[in-house]
Amino acid sequence: MQELEVAAPRRRRGLTWPWRGGPLAGALLALGILVLFNLIATPHFTSLQTLYVNLTQVTTIVIVAVGMTMVIATGGIDLSVGSLMAIAGALAPLIFAGRLFGMGPGLLADGLAFVLPVLAAMAFGTFNGWLVARFRIQPIVATLVLFIAGRGIAQVMTNGNLQAFHNASFYALGLGRVLGVPVQVWLMMAVVGAATWVMGRTLYGRQLLAVGGNEAAAQLSGLPVARIKIIVYAVSGLLSGIAGLIVIAINSSSDANLVGLGMELDAIAAVAVGGTALTGGRASIIGTLLGALIIQLLRYTLLSHGVPDAAALVVKATVILAAVYLQQVRRAS
Amino acid sequence: MTTMIDASSLPAAAKPGRRSTLLQRQGVVVALLLLILFGAWRYDDFFGLYNIMSVLRYNSMFALVALGMSFVIMTGGIDLSVGATAALASVVSAGLSDIGLGAGLAAGIGAGLAIGLINGLAITRFRLPAFVTTLATMLAARGLALLISGNQSVSVSWETSFTDLGGGDFLDFPIPAWIAIVAFIAGSVLLNFTGFGRTVLAIGGNEEAARLMGLPVARVKTLVYVLTGGLAGLAGVILAAQFGAGQPTEGQGWELFAIAAVVVGGTLLTGGMGSVGFTLAGTLLLGLIFNILNFENGRGDFTLSAYWQSVIRGAFLLIVVLLQNRLARRPT
Amino acid sequence: MTDDILLSMSGIGKSFAGVAALKEASLTVGRGEVLALIGQNGAGKSTLIKVLTGAVARESGAVRFEGVPVDFRTPQDAQAAGIATIYQEINLVPLRSVAENIFLGREPRRWGLIDWRRMHEQANAVLAQFAVSIDVRQPLHHFNTATQQMVAIARAIGQQARLVVMDEPTSSLDDREVAVLFDVIRQLKARGIGVIFVSHRLDELYVVCDRVTIMRDGMTVADQPMASISKLELVAAMLGRSLEEVKQFGATAFEEDFAVRPAKVLEVEGLKVAPRVAKVDLDVHEGEIVGLAGLLGSGRTETARAIFGADRPQAGTIRFGHETTGFRTSREAIGAGIGFCSEDRKTEGIVPDMSVRDNLTLALLPQLTRHGVIDQARQREIVDRLIKRLGIRLSSADQKIRELSGGNQQKVLLARWLCMKPKLLILDEPTRGIDVAAKAEIQSLIRELARDGLAVLMISSELEELTEGCHRVSVLRDGRSVATLDHAEATEHAIMTAMAHGPDEASISHAGA
Repeated sequence: MQELEVAAPRRRRGLTWPWRGGPLAGALLALGILVLFNLIATPHFTSLQTLYVNLTQVTTIVIVAVGMTMVIATGGIDLSVGSLMAIAGALAPLIFAGRLFGMGPGLLADGLAFVLPVLAAMAFGTFNGWLVARFRIQPIVATLVLFIAGRGIAQVMTNGNLQAFHNASFYALGLGRVLGVPVQVWLMMAVVGAATWVMGRTLYGRQLLAVGGNEAAAQLSGLPVARIKIIVYAVSGLLSGIAGLIVIAINSSSDANLVGLGMELDAIAAVAVGGTALTGGRASIIGTLLGALIIQLLRYTLLSHGVPDAAALVVKATVILAAVYLQQVRRAS
Repeated sequence: MTTMIDASSLPAAAKPGRRSTLLQRQGVVVALLLLILFGAWRYDDFFGLYNIMSVLRYNSMFALVALGMSFVIMTGGIDLSVGATAALASVVSAGLSDIGLGAGLAAGIGAGLAIGLINGLAITRFRLPAFVTTLATMLAARGLALLISGNQSVSVSWETSFTDLGGGDFLDFPIPAWIAIVAFIAGSVLLNFTGFGRTVLAIGGNEEAARLMGLPVARVKTLVYVLTGGLAGLAGVILAAQFGAGQPTEGQGWELFAIAAVVVGGTLLTGGMGSVGFTLAGTLLLGLIFNILNFENGRGDFTLSAYWQSVIRGAFLLIVVLLQNRLARRPT
Repeated sequence: MTDDILLSMSGIGKSFAGVAALKEASLTVGRGEVLALIGQNGAGKSTLIKVLTGAVARESGAVRFEGVPVDFRTPQDAQAAGIATIYQEINLVPLRSVAENIFLGREPRRWGLIDWRRMHEQANAVLAQFAVSIDVRQPLHHFNTATQQMVAIARAIGQQARLVVMDEPTSSLDDREVAVLFDVIRQLKARGIGVIFVSHRLDELYVVCDRVTIMRDGMTVADQPMASISKLELVAAMLGRSLEEVKQFGATAFEEDFAVRPAKVLEVEGLKVAPRVAKVDLDVHEGEIVGLAGLLGSGRTETARAIFGADRPQAGTIRFGHETTGFRTSREAIGAGIGFCSEDRKTEGIVPDMSVRDNLTLALLPQLTRHGVIDQARQREIVDRLIKRLGIRLSSADQKIRELSGGNQQKVLLARWLCMKPKLLILDEPTRGIDVAAKAEIQSLIRELARDGLAVLMISSELEELTEGCHRVSVLRDGRSVATLDHAEATEHAIMTAMAHGPDEASISHAGA
């Protein structure tokens, strides 16, 4: 029994800030060490160019991983994100090149090429959520369906061909800058900011964590559990769609065989390194951002010091295991 | 003693569960038979010796991976590293194939066992979640495969009998299929007639109870991952022997294909229940879809690109899962 | 005498993260003796048992089993030595067959492979000793809790256990099942097997135990023959209070000035919910506490869930406020002003990793939200007020709820509904598994709420709670309402008779008493 000591409640923000020794401290420390190492040992590290190279390579992972964090917080997982990226990436060129609706090039076509693929990915995400929430199919299996079928759908739509294109709007998305910062980085920051706000301040964020923390209790407290779950998979699909468009915009081409390949694992790795437990009930959006940054910076560091990409994979594996192990130790103590 | 407890005092709700379990498990066999009948009716050469042999030859490595995955899933775990492990094993065994069949085989299986041991120890000793652990070793195994091979496929030696492992026959029956059949019989005996097998199911059914019952939970769990790694390694050796080269980039998505085969076979993903025989049926079912697609295109009535196979496989998985869900009410 | 001592534990000490869980704990069990081990939550009973069974390593003290010093490192060690443990939540594997559950880890073999036929025969033989005859090839989850417990005992016997530890074995059994269990315990006793029996139900101890060991604050505070200690003395020893204090505790007289107000809040007629509830009628007035009594499986929880809209009834009417047909979802019921505290705090109540603040306002949050954003100032204000009102002990409302004691968790769950300002509160076993002090607090809180006009429907298995804490008691038997007793009529005897026999005998025996 604890003694009676009703302390004055601390003022508290929606986030757990790292300098409070919160769960983010480790990730922040690791990132700091990586940056410090590079400052000392890597030439040209401080150039803006280096920053953008790293950021643009990490944006799609972060955007997808934000959705993944929210799905994992409900106790689920979404294996279909890579395939949904491929679907969105395959749809967009079909639309603005007029192959889908026979539409001439123009602003309307471009606009639809942005909106429709993202909506399609969101619809597929909703389908995932529907399987999970209404049929109570385990999330791994439910999203495995579209993991397998989704890329096939993208390949069938394009007949597996590479679609190369020149499109000003997509060029802007991939390589354009606003105030000197790449458009996609703005987009990433907007997604991270919005998700942080949702998780910290809104009813939906709180209810999502409750569903992941104890579904039966959430149900008996009158929470719309099925709706909460369906929405989270829809959001994950939507974010995957956006990420798919960014990938094809960067490449100025869309290859249904490659867009988003292996993304589900990259995203899950970022979530795990960022300190969100895979068992649900917890979520750290900023942690996921840091996790993705750590993995990216690690790879960059190794590459810029002549370590081949294959070896970087092994290092990445070690970092994931170490991060999860440290969180484990932390939680146990 | 005055009171008798008998089965008639059970809640009625228990009964449909029993019947549905049967349907749920046999659904895959029925589907497989229907698919075979459909193929036999529609395509002349479907039942031809050549087609049967090549289907078996090609699918045996998937079957081995799915067999290991069944055991892991029955403990309530998961192993995402099997595909990359197979790739690593194919590279290693191809590299040593000039020494001989034995060396190639040992190297490939050994690499698989090693990855499996790392998985098992990380999960039992350090209590890391299986999903993340095997995700990491998947990356590591892939990285090692690429490093060792220098990002290129590694040709196998044609001097030794190594390639027989992929293309050879024994008693007019493909050697890889023999290996898979022997492995499945052994796996079935292991599951149904040994303490190890019973412990696997007990762990999946209620790990805490298994521990309190004094069963060697950590050892069996570790062994299950080792076994799965070894089988993935064996699959990798067959891969190298069949394609004449170690393939560092092959095996992507095998893990999820294997999970699909296991689920289609009616094994509960939460563990505690399952059958290796139905996993075999699940593997063949998914494999035959590809085969039938080829035949359909061969007939030329209408052409479906090869890309349809993943769409159809996904649809199959969906149908099976939905059916299982309708029939089975999970016990609480 | 020393030859008859099966197990002795002395001076056992163990601390977790610097906090002593056991200081000077000791106990002895003789051959063929049934020892009651009791104490409040946190007294150290379960830690002591874990030390015995090898699940926790002791830091000091000595354990002798059958005269030999032992030091079990794992549950396997203890089992190999002949100590079997039957846990509260039966720790078997539901999906596997009965026979497998009995023999897991030591299956009969033939040429190194499991001999299924012999295993089934032997399983039948072991169970027959307890007059249990079931199909041992069926998965365990097809059978009820009592049968599963028999299987657990059969497993222990099959392992040639000389000491059987039973951790709250009766907590989920009804009276008939308890009787069967006690028969089995007597059989074990006759064979010279020692039994350690942990239970919160004091009455049972007198039925089956020879001796009692009482623990408090990690120490053994009493050890004497069961027959030589009264129930009151037991409670006194557990609480570490003088007898006078306990008497006050036990005798909280119900206010007699209560007059039923005219307004009927809830009226249930002919409720039927397959498979457990056949025909239930009950009503609750404003400011009234109605107890819902019945054996396990009599349909109490199912009735409550149906009223709350969590399960769909097949027939009957549920009138609540303007609603006349019952609620289709819990959301509707909550919206209309009903709150429901589940009996299972852990799996259906708390969200363990969430703060007390968010747990407390889980149901209220939509009302604290404007355009989807939570008004944190209002949330804080409401939470602070309720923490103070209910006397919830914590260091901060930001604390995770799983860090609180069971009693304080239960108070948070009560607060979750109180902040909704409900008209009807349904409580399913609100004081189960909670230490005596917190229990009294929660009981008096419930009375206070009723005095303020709240209607309360309280399911309870504790007769004392029903006789002293309720204005009326409605008794269910096999899914039917069999009696409604006013406060004056609701004696322990009357309630028990109604639960056991139904309406007619109840009135007869009541008249007789």
